[in-house]
Amino acid sequence: MPDDGLQLEAEVALGAFTLDVRLSASAGETVVLVGPSGAGKSTCLDVIAGLLRPRSGRVACRGEVWCETARGVHVPPEKRHVGLVFQDYALFPHLTVLANVAYGPSSRGRSSEDAGRIARQWIERLGLGGTEGRAVGALSGGQRQRVALARAVAAEPLVLLLDEPFGSLDVATRSAVRSELRAFLSGCNLPTLLVTHDAVDALALGDRIAVLEAGRLSQVGTRDELLSQPRTPFVAELAGLNLYRAELAPGRGLKEARVGAVSFHVLADDAQGPSFVAFTPAEVSLSEQQLPSSARNAFSGRVVSVLPLPDRLRVVVDVGVLMAAEVTREAAGSLGLDPGRPLWASVKATAIRVYA
Amino acid sequence: MREGGRQEVLPRSVWLASIPLALYICVPLLALLFVVPPTDLARHLASPMAVRALWLTLKTTAIATLLVVVLGTPLAFMLARGSFRGRGLLDTLMDLPITVPPVVAGVALLLAFGRRGLIGRQLDVYGVQIAFTSVAVVMAQLFIASPFFVKAASAGFEAVDARLEAAARTLGASRWRVFWTISVPLARPALLSGVVLAWARALSEFGATMMFAGNFPGRTQTLTLAVMSALESDLETAVAVSVLSLALAVTALLGAKWLAGQWRAPLA
Repeated sequence: MPDDGLQLEAEVALGAFTLDVRLSASAGETVVLVGPSGAGKSTCLDVIAGLLRPRSGRVACRGEVWCETARGVHVPPEKRHVGLVFQDYALFPHLTVLANVAYGPSSRGRSSEDAGRIARQWIERLGLGGTEGRAVGALSGGQRQRVALARAVAAEPLVLLLDEPFGSLDVATRSAVRSELRAFLSGCNLPTLLVTHDAVDALALGDRIAVLEAGRLSQVGTRDELLSQPRTPFVAELAGLNLYRAELAPGRGLKEARVGAVSFHVLADDAQGPSFVAFTPAEVSLSEQQLPSSARNAFSGRVVSVLPLPDRLRVVVDVGVLMAAEVTREAAGSLGLDPGRPLWASVKATAIRVYA
Repeated sequence: MREGGRQEVLPRSVWLASIPLALYICVPLLALLFVVPPTDLARHLASPMAVRALWLTLKTTAIATLLVVVLGTPLAFMLARGSFRGRGLLDTLMDLPITVPPVVAGVALLLAFGRRGLIGRQLDVYGVQIAFTSVAVVMAQLFIASPFFVKAASAGFEAVDARLEAAARTLGASRWRVFWTISVPLARPALLSGVVLAWARALSEFGATMMFAGNFPGRTQTLTLAVMSALESDLETAVAVSVLSLALAVTALLGAKWLAGQWRAPLA
């Protein structure tokens, strides 16, 4: 196991079931912990932060042991150097933006000038310049999220934990904040654990995705791993969303979005540069030959796997990227879908959503 | 008439029915103000008895309130944040001084700290006597008034989002620092209004003080006890001292109201 990363092993009694996880994240890696609500995701973060003592387990980060029940070790939260961004942010309502962000450094023994200077740097870096003296209650949702992030990183954490970081944002803000956060995480070289129940967040931000269901990790892996061999229906549903990091061409209207070697035609008026394209498996149609059609996107590829869902089949096709399609049993029968079979997959440009 | 308007206009009968109690509360208080002419009031208040009672009252209630805060804050925080066996019982016990008749509380204090009391007996060996001294006045006030502070303060601490305290700890703050920089500032309006309530209750203390401290001018005779003594000889002095007590009570009430208003405004 990497010494520079975060390791978590924990068993916690959680009402109806027992949380039992074993998870690690290396420096610079973002692991997304995803699962239905009540699966124990936030509990994992509480154990890492030291806010909850596991029945048994071990937490270590960069060679420091924070918790080891077998040896009776339990380092209190203030000595762990964890940057925890709470769901709904938990900003201190009686303090200004500056005082919120400076709280960490001054708690860690910095002089008030030093703490103020560090806080100002982070406030500036996260695009909050000018809000220093404002009350946190007067900020917008997106700004509050950034203050929470600034407050967490200003305390110089060894690990970053984010609990539903977009939970209380509206859809428009959500997409902008998500791409900001992604850029930020890729630059900060900390092991990061992000909790979400949202498939788009998980696929867009996770280097690896850990799926937690009823206290157990049902699967951990990259999106492609989850998509090609989902072990539970929840994983299949989650990974089935076709979501790719893309490079958008400039210009207006119909344009190209490059995803590795593959190029999609999408409708995206103003967006350009790095972004995400997404479409559901139901929006992909499969055919034996390239058909004359209104669909702007047609790719030739091969069947990777076929997964039966209750009323239809999930077909994963390799067209240069892995793409999930859903077809009826009847259609599958007439196409003869077996792994390795060559076929065409097409998607209408209007069915592809583009996220900044 | 609009359909919706009917709920807003209360029937005349309700207006009429609410008058008696309102008058019943207001009239005696006004009587207190109008029975003795203001000039006489000032003269009576300057009497040695009134001055001594006022001074003793201010001194003892100030000390009692300070003790309430110092000893009551940790208890309030524990009731709000602690999870331990008997928490419910302790919470209920803290209500007792509010519901027990003060005279009974006074007897109880006497049985504990009086010369032949449980603890008083031991103290007597060392020549320490508490009952019927100024210390007993403070102790009676502490006993009766502290629950008012503890209740308000623990409700105030409970209303502080525990996640804020958790957030502060993950940022490197010790429990002590979290308490002073997060819990206390956020609970401050509740703490202050608890202080005012406790002080007001200490001001109006009579029964327990009477039983445990007696009624000795200059030593244990507070304003309320002075009113009773004066009533036997000099009605006008009794009224004057009563007016003084009323003024202090009004001050406390307005203070509490103002703090409560400050408290709710940010939550609305």
